[in-house]
Amino acid sequence: MAAVIVDARNLLCPMPVIRTQDAVVKLQPGDSIKVLCTDPGVLHDIPAWCRVHGHEISNIEEHEHEITITVRVGQSG
Amino acid sequence: MTRQAKAVALISGGLDSLLAARVVMEQGVHVEGINFYTGFCIEGHTHAIRKKDRQRPKRNNALWSAEQLGIRLHIVDIIEEYQDVVINPKHGYGSNLNPCLDCKVFMVNKAREWIDANGFDFIITGEVIGQRPMSQRKDTLPVIARDSGAGERLVRPLCARNLPATLPEKEGWLDRERLYGFNGRSRKPQMALAKAFGFEDYAQPAGGCCFLTDKQYSLKLADLWRTRGRREYDLDDIMLLKVGRHLRPRAHFKIIVGREEGENRFLEGYRKRFISMIPTSHTGPLVLIDGEVGPGDIELAARLTARFSQGRDAALVTVEVRQTDGMTQSLDVIPVPSEEIPGDWYV
Ligand code: SF4
Repeated sequence: MAAVIVDARNLLCPMPVIRTQDAVVKLQPGDSIKVLCTDPGVLHDIPAWCRVHGHEISNIEEHEHEITITVRVGQSG
Repeated sequence: MTRQAKAVALISGGLDSLLAARVVMEQGVHVEGINFYTGFCIEGHTHAIRKKDRQRPKRNNALWSAEQLGIRLHIVDIIEEYQDVVINPKHGYGSNLNPCLDCKVFMVNKAREWIDANGFDFIITGEVIGQRPMSQRKDTLPVIARDSGAGERLVRPLCARNLPATLPEKEGWLDRERLYGFNGRSRKPQMALAKAFGFEDYAQPAGGCCFLTDKQYSLKLADLWRTRGRREYDLDDIMLLKVGRHLRPRAHFKIIVGREEGENRFLEGYRKRFISMIPTSHTGPLVLIDGEVGPGDIELAARLTARFSQGRDAALVTVEVRQTDGMTQSLDVIPVPSEEIPGDWYV
Protein backbone atom coordinates (compact mmCIF):
# COMPACT_ATOMS: atom_id res chain seq x y z
CA MET A 1 0.00 0.00 0.00
CA ALA A 2 1.27 3.46 -0.86
CA ALA A 3 2.30 5.44 2.19
CA VAL A 4 0.08 8.28 3.33
CA ILE A 5 1.91 11.58 2.95
CA VAL A 6 1.68 14.41 5.45
CA ASP A 7 3.09 17.73 4.30
CA ALA A 8 4.40 19.54 7.37
CA ARG A 9 6.92 21.69 5.54
CA ASN A 10 7.37 25.21 6.91
CA LEU A 11 5.57 24.22 10.08
CA LEU A 12 7.40 24.49 13.37
CA CYS A 13 7.32 21.91 16.13
CA PRO A 14 5.09 20.69 17.57
CA MET A 15 2.81 21.20 14.54
CA PRO A 16 4.48 18.43 12.47
CA VAL A 17 3.99 16.07 15.44
CA ILE A 18 0.33 17.07 15.73
CA ARG A 19 -0.19 16.54 11.98
CA THR A 20 1.47 13.12 12.23
CA GLN A 21 -0.65 12.19 15.24
CA ASP A 22 -3.87 13.27 13.52
CA ALA A 23 -3.01 11.22 10.42
CA VAL A 24 -1.97 8.12 12.38
CA VAL A 25 -5.30 7.99 14.23
CA LYS A 26 -7.00 7.16 10.93
CA LEU A 27 -4.60 4.32 10.06
CA GLN A 28 -4.28 0.65 10.94
CA PRO A 29 -1.33 -1.11 12.62
CA GLY A 30 1.29 -1.88 9.98
CA ASP A 31 0.37 1.11 7.75
CA SER A 32 3.06 3.63 6.89
CA ILE A 33 3.07 7.37 6.74
CA LYS A 34 5.66 9.73 5.29
CA VAL A 35 6.01 13.11 6.94
CA LEU A 36 7.70 15.91 4.99
CA CYS A 37 9.25 18.52 7.26
CA THR A 38 11.64 21.45 7.35
CA ASP A 39 11.97 22.02 11.11
CA PRO A 40 14.95 20.00 12.37
CA GLY A 41 13.17 19.77 15.74
CA VAL A 42 11.26 16.86 14.20
CA LEU A 43 14.41 14.74 14.35
CA HIS A 44 13.87 14.73 18.12
CA ASP A 45 10.16 15.12 18.41
CA ILE A 46 8.70 12.62 15.94
CA PRO A 47 10.87 9.73 17.19
CA ALA A 48 10.03 10.69 20.80
CA TRP A 49 6.33 10.79 19.96
CA CYS A 50 6.63 7.39 18.24
CA ARG A 51 8.37 5.90 21.27
CA VAL A 52 5.63 6.99 23.68
CA HIS A 53 2.91 5.65 21.38
CA GLY A 54 4.60 2.44 20.28
CA HIS A 55 5.09 3.36 16.60
CA GLU A 56 8.25 2.72 14.67
CA ILE A 57 10.46 5.01 12.59
CA SER A 58 11.33 3.05 9.47
CA ASN A 59 13.33 5.69 7.67
CA ILE A 60 14.71 9.22 7.96
CA GLU A 61 16.04 11.04 4.90
CA GLU A 62 17.56 14.50 4.84
CA HIS A 63 18.06 16.52 1.68
CA GLU A 64 19.28 20.09 1.97
CA HIS A 65 16.73 21.59 4.33
CA GLU A 66 14.06 18.96 3.89
CA ILE A 67 13.54 16.00 6.16
CA THR A 68 11.32 13.03 5.33
CA ILE A 69 10.40 10.68 8.16
CA THR A 70 8.60 7.40 7.55
CA VAL A 71 6.56 6.06 10.45
CA ARG A 72 5.12 2.56 10.71
CA VAL A 73 2.00 2.50 12.81
CA GLY A 74 2.25 0.23 15.85
CA GLN A 75 -0.37 -1.88 17.59
CA SER A 76 -1.76 0.84 19.81
CA GLY A 77 -2.77 2.86 16.71
CA MET B 1 -11.38 -5.46 43.70
CA THR B 2 -12.21 -2.01 42.36
CA ARG B 3 -11.52 -1.28 38.70
CA GLN B 4 -8.40 0.62 37.73
CA ALA B 5 -9.20 4.35 37.59
CA LYS B 6 -8.02 6.37 34.59
CA ALA B 7 -6.74 9.91 34.67
CA VAL B 8 -5.41 12.40 32.18
CA ALA B 9 -2.55 14.64 33.31
CA LEU B 10 -1.93 18.09 31.86
CA ILE B 11 1.71 17.90 30.84
CA SER B 12 3.40 21.24 30.22
CA GLY B 13 6.96 19.96 30.07
CA GLY B 14 7.85 21.50 33.43
CA LEU B 15 8.74 19.69 36.63
CA ASP B 16 5.45 20.16 38.48
CA SER B 17 3.25 18.45 35.92
CA LEU B 18 5.78 15.62 35.65
CA LEU B 19 5.71 15.07 39.41
CA ALA B 20 1.93 15.37 39.69
CA ALA B 21 1.40 12.65 37.10
CA ARG B 22 3.97 10.44 38.76
CA VAL B 23 2.44 10.81 42.23
CA VAL B 24 -0.88 9.56 40.87
CA MET B 25 0.73 6.71 38.90
CA GLU B 26 2.33 5.56 42.14
CA GLN B 27 -1.17 4.80 43.40
CA GLY B 28 -1.95 2.42 40.57
CA VAL B 29 -4.02 4.77 38.41
CA HIS B 30 -3.74 4.49 34.61
CA VAL B 31 -2.44 7.89 33.47
CA GLU B 32 -2.14 9.40 30.00
CA GLY B 33 -0.83 12.88 29.26
CA ILE B 34 -2.36 15.75 27.36
CA ASN B 35 -0.52 18.81 26.13
CA PHE B 36 -2.19 21.83 24.58
CA TYR B 37 -0.48 23.79 21.85
CA THR B 38 -1.65 27.40 21.90
CA GLY B 39 0.85 28.75 19.37
CA PHE B 40 2.59 30.72 22.13
CA CYS B 41 4.16 27.74 23.90
CA ILE B 42 7.86 28.03 24.61
CA GLU B 43 8.05 24.31 23.92
CA GLY B 44 7.11 24.94 20.33
CA HIS B 45 8.70 27.18 17.81
CA THR B 46 11.84 28.26 19.56
CA HIS B 47 13.89 25.54 17.91
CA ALA B 48 13.82 25.91 14.33
CA ILE B 49 14.46 29.40 13.26
CA ARG B 50 17.89 30.61 14.14
CA LYS B 51 20.73 28.83 12.43
CA LYS B 52 22.60 28.12 15.65
CA ASP B 53 19.44 26.55 17.07
CA ARG B 54 18.95 24.44 13.96
CA GLN B 55 22.31 22.87 14.63
CA ARG B 56 21.29 21.67 18.06
CA PRO B 57 17.54 21.29 18.12
CA LYS B 58 15.97 21.32 21.55
CA ARG B 59 13.89 18.47 22.82
CA ASN B 60 10.18 18.92 23.38
CA ASN B 61 9.90 18.77 27.15
CA ALA B 62 6.30 17.57 27.18
CA LEU B 63 7.30 14.54 25.11
CA TRP B 64 10.36 14.12 27.28
CA SER B 65 8.14 14.10 30.40
CA ALA B 66 5.88 11.48 28.85
CA GLU B 67 8.87 9.30 28.08
CA GLN B 68 10.16 9.61 31.62
CA LEU B 69 6.76 8.58 32.89
CA GLY B 70 6.26 5.87 30.29
CA ILE B 71 2.84 7.23 29.32
CA ARG B 72 1.15 8.25 26.08
CA LEU B 73 0.96 11.94 25.32
CA HIS B 74 -1.80 13.52 23.27
CA ILE B 75 -0.80 16.87 21.82
CA VAL B 76 -3.81 18.97 20.98
CA ASP B 77 -3.85 21.96 18.65
CA ILE B 78 -6.00 24.65 20.30
CA ILE B 79 -4.61 27.61 18.35
CA GLU B 80 -7.97 28.76 16.94
CA GLU B 81 -10.10 28.43 20.04
CA TYR B 82 -7.40 29.89 22.26
CA GLN B 83 -7.61 33.26 20.50
CA ASP B 84 -10.66 34.20 22.51
CA VAL B 85 -8.74 33.48 25.73
CA VAL B 86 -5.93 35.83 24.74
CA ILE B 87 -8.16 38.52 23.29
CA ASN B 88 -10.98 38.61 25.86
CA PRO B 89 -9.79 37.15 29.17
CA LYS B 90 -12.61 37.37 31.68
CA HIS B 91 -10.14 37.55 34.55
CA GLY B 92 -7.70 39.89 32.82
CA TYR B 93 -3.98 39.66 32.23
CA GLY B 94 -0.98 39.04 34.45
CA SER B 95 2.04 41.34 34.30
CA ASN B 96 2.21 41.07 30.50
CA LEU B 97 -0.38 39.76 28.02
CA ASN B 98 -0.58 36.42 29.83
CA PRO B 99 -4.18 35.53 30.66
CA CYS B 100 -3.09 32.78 33.06
CA LEU B 101 -6.30 32.25 34.97
CA ASP B 102 -8.52 32.08 31.88
CA CYS B 103 -5.88 29.94 30.20
CA LYS B 104 -5.97 27.39 33.03
CA VAL B 105 -9.78 27.34 33.03
CA PHE B 106 -9.76 26.82 29.28
CA MET B 107 -7.23 23.98 29.38
CA VAL B 108 -8.87 22.16 32.25
CA ASN B 109 -12.21 22.51 30.47
CA LYS B 110 -10.65 20.99 27.33
CA ALA B 111 -9.25 18.16 29.43
CA ARG B 112 -12.70 17.65 30.94
CA GLU B 113 -14.19 17.31 27.44
CA TRP B 114 -11.41 14.86 26.64
CA ILE B 115 -12.03 12.63 29.67
CA ASP B 116 -15.76 12.63 28.93
CA ALA B 117 -15.11 11.59 25.33
CA ASN B 118 -12.54 8.94 26.25
CA GLY B 119 -14.07 7.39 29.34
CA PHE B 120 -11.47 8.64 31.83
CA ASP B 121 -12.30 9.44 35.44
CA PHE B 122 -10.36 12.53 36.46
CA ILE B 123 -7.83 15.24 35.61
CA ILE B 124 -4.42 15.90 37.14
CA THR B 125 -2.57 19.22 37.13
CA GLY B 126 0.75 20.22 38.68
CA GLU B 127 -0.63 23.36 40.31
CA VAL B 128 0.70 24.37 43.72
CA ILE B 129 -0.98 26.95 45.95
CA GLY B 130 0.99 30.18 46.00
CA GLN B 131 3.43 29.10 43.30
CA ARG B 132 2.36 31.67 40.72
CA PRO B 133 0.88 35.08 41.41
CA MET B 134 -2.21 34.88 39.20
CA SER B 135 -3.45 31.39 38.55
CA GLN B 136 -2.12 29.43 41.49
CA ARG B 137 -3.51 31.19 44.53
CA LYS B 138 -5.70 29.79 47.27
CA ASP B 139 -8.64 31.83 45.95
CA THR B 140 -8.08 31.07 42.25
CA LEU B 141 -7.65 27.29 42.37
CA PRO B 142 -11.37 26.81 43.17
CA VAL B 143 -12.25 29.19 40.30
CA ILE B 144 -10.42 26.90 37.87
CA ALA B 145 -12.20 23.82 39.19
CA ARG B 146 -15.59 25.55 39.03
CA ASP B 147 -15.37 27.49 35.75
CA SER B 148 -13.86 24.58 33.84
CA GLY B 149 -16.73 22.35 34.88
CA ALA B 150 -14.24 19.79 36.22
CA GLY B 151 -15.23 20.40 39.84
CA GLU B 152 -14.32 17.47 42.05
CA ARG B 153 -12.74 15.62 39.15
CA LEU B 154 -9.76 17.95 39.18
CA VAL B 155 -6.88 16.76 41.39
CA ARG B 156 -3.74 18.71 42.25
CA PRO B 157 -1.59 15.97 43.78
CA LEU B 158 1.21 18.35 44.83
CA CYS B 159 -1.02 20.47 47.08
CA ALA B 160 -4.11 18.27 47.49
CA ARG B 161 -3.75 18.07 51.24
CA ASN B 162 -4.34 21.80 51.51
CA LEU B 163 -7.54 21.54 49.49
CA PRO B 164 -10.92 19.86 50.06
CA ALA B 165 -11.11 16.16 49.19
CA THR B 166 -11.79 15.44 45.51
CA LEU B 167 -13.84 12.70 43.90
CA PRO B 168 -10.91 10.27 43.41
CA GLU B 169 -10.12 10.54 47.10
CA LYS B 170 -13.76 9.96 48.05
CA GLU B 171 -14.01 7.01 45.67
CA GLY B 172 -10.86 5.48 47.13
CA TRP B 173 -8.90 5.68 43.87
CA LEU B 174 -6.41 7.94 45.60
CA ASP B 175 -5.17 7.82 49.17
CA ARG B 176 -5.04 11.41 50.43
CA GLU B 177 -2.20 10.51 52.81
CA ARG B 178 0.02 9.76 49.82
CA LEU B 179 -0.68 13.10 48.14
CA TYR B 180 1.26 16.26 49.06
CA GLY B 181 0.68 19.57 50.79
CA PHE B 182 3.14 21.87 49.01
CA ASN B 183 2.50 25.55 49.43
CA GLY B 184 4.24 28.75 48.37
CA ARG B 185 6.92 29.77 45.95
CA SER B 186 9.73 27.53 47.17
CA ARG B 187 10.90 24.95 44.63
CA LYS B 188 12.70 22.85 47.24
CA PRO B 189 9.89 20.33 47.89
CA GLN B 190 9.54 19.68 44.17
CA MET B 191 13.27 19.24 43.77
CA ALA B 192 13.38 16.79 46.65
CA LEU B 193 10.48 14.81 45.21
CA ALA B 194 12.15 14.77 41.76
CA LYS B 195 15.22 13.35 43.43
CA ALA B 196 13.19 10.71 45.23
CA PHE B 197 11.66 9.62 41.92
CA GLY B 198 15.03 9.70 40.20
CA PHE B 199 14.15 12.46 37.72
CA GLU B 200 17.16 14.36 36.47
CA ASP B 201 17.73 16.93 33.77
CA TYR B 202 14.15 18.24 33.93
CA ALA B 203 13.14 21.62 32.53
CA GLN B 204 12.85 24.58 34.88
CA PRO B 205 11.15 27.40 33.00
CA ALA B 206 11.69 30.71 34.80
CA GLY B 207 8.68 32.87 33.97
CA GLY B 208 5.85 30.78 32.67
CA CYS B 209 5.06 28.27 30.02
CA CYS B 210 4.47 30.68 27.15
CA PHE B 211 5.69 33.76 25.32
CA LEU B 212 2.80 35.82 26.62
CA THR B 213 4.72 36.19 29.89
CA ASP B 214 7.58 37.80 27.97
CA LYS B 215 7.59 41.60 28.08
CA GLN B 216 9.12 42.21 24.64
CA TYR B 217 6.84 39.69 23.02
CA SER B 218 3.75 41.21 24.64
CA LEU B 219 4.77 44.69 23.50
CA LYS B 220 4.98 43.44 19.91
CA LEU B 221 1.58 41.79 20.14
CA ALA B 222 0.06 44.94 21.66
CA ASP B 223 1.61 46.97 18.82
CA LEU B 224 0.06 44.61 16.27
CA TRP B 225 -3.40 45.02 17.79
CA ARG B 226 -3.12 48.78 18.18
CA THR B 227 -1.98 49.42 14.64
CA ARG B 228 -4.48 47.08 13.04
CA GLY B 229 -7.24 48.65 15.09
CA ARG B 230 -8.45 45.16 15.98
CA ARG B 231 -7.46 42.69 18.64
CA GLU B 232 -6.91 39.63 16.50
CA TYR B 233 -4.09 37.39 15.30
CA ASP B 234 -3.42 34.21 13.41
CA LEU B 235 -0.67 31.64 13.74
CA ASP B 236 1.55 33.40 11.16
CA ASP B 237 1.30 36.65 13.12
CA ILE B 238 2.40 35.08 16.37
CA MET B 239 5.25 33.17 14.73
CA LEU B 240 6.52 36.30 13.04
CA LEU B 241 6.57 38.17 16.34
CA LYS B 242 9.35 35.76 17.36
CA VAL B 243 11.50 36.40 14.32
CA GLY B 244 13.74 39.25 13.26
CA ARG B 245 13.91 42.92 14.13
CA HIS B 246 10.58 44.69 13.96
CA LEU B 247 10.62 48.38 13.04
CA ARG B 248 7.54 50.53 12.63
CA PRO B 249 8.53 53.67 10.72
CA ARG B 250 4.90 54.67 10.10
CA ALA B 251 1.72 53.80 11.97
CA HIS B 252 0.33 51.92 8.97
CA PHE B 253 3.24 49.56 8.32
CA LYS B 254 6.15 47.80 9.93
CA ILE B 255 9.09 45.88 8.53
CA ILE B 256 10.46 42.57 9.76
CA VAL B 257 14.18 42.25 9.14
CA GLY B 258 15.84 38.82 9.20
CA ARG B 259 18.85 38.87 11.55
CA GLU B 260 20.68 35.89 10.16
CA GLU B 261 20.51 33.10 7.61
CA GLY B 262 18.07 30.90 9.50
CA GLU B 263 15.64 33.77 10.02
CA ASN B 264 15.96 34.83 6.38
CA ARG B 265 15.07 31.32 5.30
CA PHE B 266 12.11 31.25 7.64
CA LEU B 267 10.86 34.62 6.34
CA GLU B 268 11.16 33.30 2.76
CA GLY B 269 8.11 31.19 3.49
CA TYR B 270 6.01 34.36 3.88
CA ARG B 271 6.81 36.06 0.55
CA LYS B 272 3.39 35.19 -0.86
CA ARG B 273 1.67 36.92 2.00
CA PHE B 274 3.79 40.05 2.40
CA ILE B 275 5.66 42.40 0.06
CA SER B 276 9.32 41.50 0.55
CA MET B 277 12.71 43.01 -0.15
CA ILE B 278 16.23 41.79 -0.51
CA PRO B 279 19.40 43.71 -1.40
CA THR B 280 20.96 42.46 -4.64
CA SER B 281 24.07 44.64 -4.91
CA HIS B 282 25.23 43.67 -1.42
CA THR B 283 24.66 40.82 0.99
CA GLY B 284 21.74 41.59 3.23
CA PRO B 285 18.61 40.48 5.00
CA LEU B 286 15.26 39.41 3.73
CA VAL B 287 12.71 42.00 4.82
CA LEU B 288 8.91 41.66 4.96
CA ILE B 289 6.51 44.60 4.95
CA ASP B 290 3.44 44.20 7.10
CA GLY B 291 0.75 46.80 6.32
CA GLU B 292 -0.76 48.73 3.43
CA VAL B 293 2.00 50.71 1.73
CA GLY B 294 2.32 53.38 -0.96
CA PRO B 295 5.36 54.13 -3.17
CA GLY B 296 6.93 56.48 -0.60
CA ASP B 297 6.65 53.77 2.05
CA ILE B 298 8.24 51.20 -0.27
CA GLU B 299 11.17 53.51 -0.81
CA LEU B 300 11.61 54.09 2.89
CA ALA B 301 11.44 50.34 3.54
CA ALA B 302 14.03 49.75 0.79
CA ARG B 303 16.33 52.37 2.33
CA LEU B 304 15.98 50.62 5.70
CA THR B 305 16.67 47.27 4.06
CA ALA B 306 19.84 48.82 2.62
CA ARG B 307 20.74 50.07 6.08
CA PHE B 308 20.73 46.50 7.42
CA SER B 309 22.82 45.18 4.50
CA GLN B 310 26.57 45.02 4.00
CA GLY B 311 26.12 48.13 1.86
CA ARG B 312 25.09 50.29 4.80
CA ASP B 313 27.98 52.70 4.11
CA ALA B 314 27.71 52.57 0.31
CA ALA B 315 26.38 55.51 -1.72
CA LEU B 316 23.67 53.37 -3.30
CA VAL B 317 22.30 49.89 -2.71
CA THR B 318 20.12 47.97 -5.17
CA VAL B 319 17.12 46.40 -3.49
CA GLU B 320 14.76 43.98 -5.19
CA VAL B 321 11.14 44.49 -4.18
CA ARG B 322 8.83 41.56 -4.67
CA GLN B 323 5.04 41.83 -4.64
CA THR B 324 2.97 38.99 -3.24
CA ASP B 325 2.13 37.83 -6.78
CA GLY B 326 5.85 37.41 -7.55
CA MET B 327 6.28 40.61 -9.64
CA THR B 328 9.63 42.20 -8.90
CA GLN B 329 11.19 45.62 -9.35
CA SER B 330 14.65 46.95 -8.54
CA LEU B 331 15.26 50.17 -6.66
CA ASP B 332 18.58 51.96 -6.18
CA VAL B 333 18.40 53.63 -2.81
CA ILE B 334 20.55 55.50 -0.31
CA PRO B 335 20.80 53.58 2.97
CA VAL B 336 19.19 55.40 5.90
CA PRO B 337 21.99 56.58 8.22
CA SER B 338 21.62 54.86 11.58
CA GLU B 339 21.30 58.20 13.42
CA GLU B 340 18.16 58.87 11.39
CA ILE B 341 16.40 55.81 12.75
CA PRO B 342 14.56 56.93 15.90
CA GLY B 343 14.73 54.47 18.76
CA ASP B 344 10.96 54.29 18.97
CA TRP B 345 10.76 52.74 15.50
CA TYR B 346 11.97 49.53 17.10
CA VAL B 347 8.93 47.64 18.30
S1 SF4 C 1 2.07 31.24 31.14
FE1 SF4 C 1 0.88 31.13 29.22
S2 SF4 C 1 0.40 28.94 28.96
FE2 SF4 C 1 1.05 29.23 31.10
S3 SF4 C 1 -0.88 29.56 32.24
FE3 SF4 C 1 -0.08 31.59 31.68
S4 SF4 C 1 -1.07 32.09 29.74
FE4 SF4 C 1 -1.31 29.87 30.04
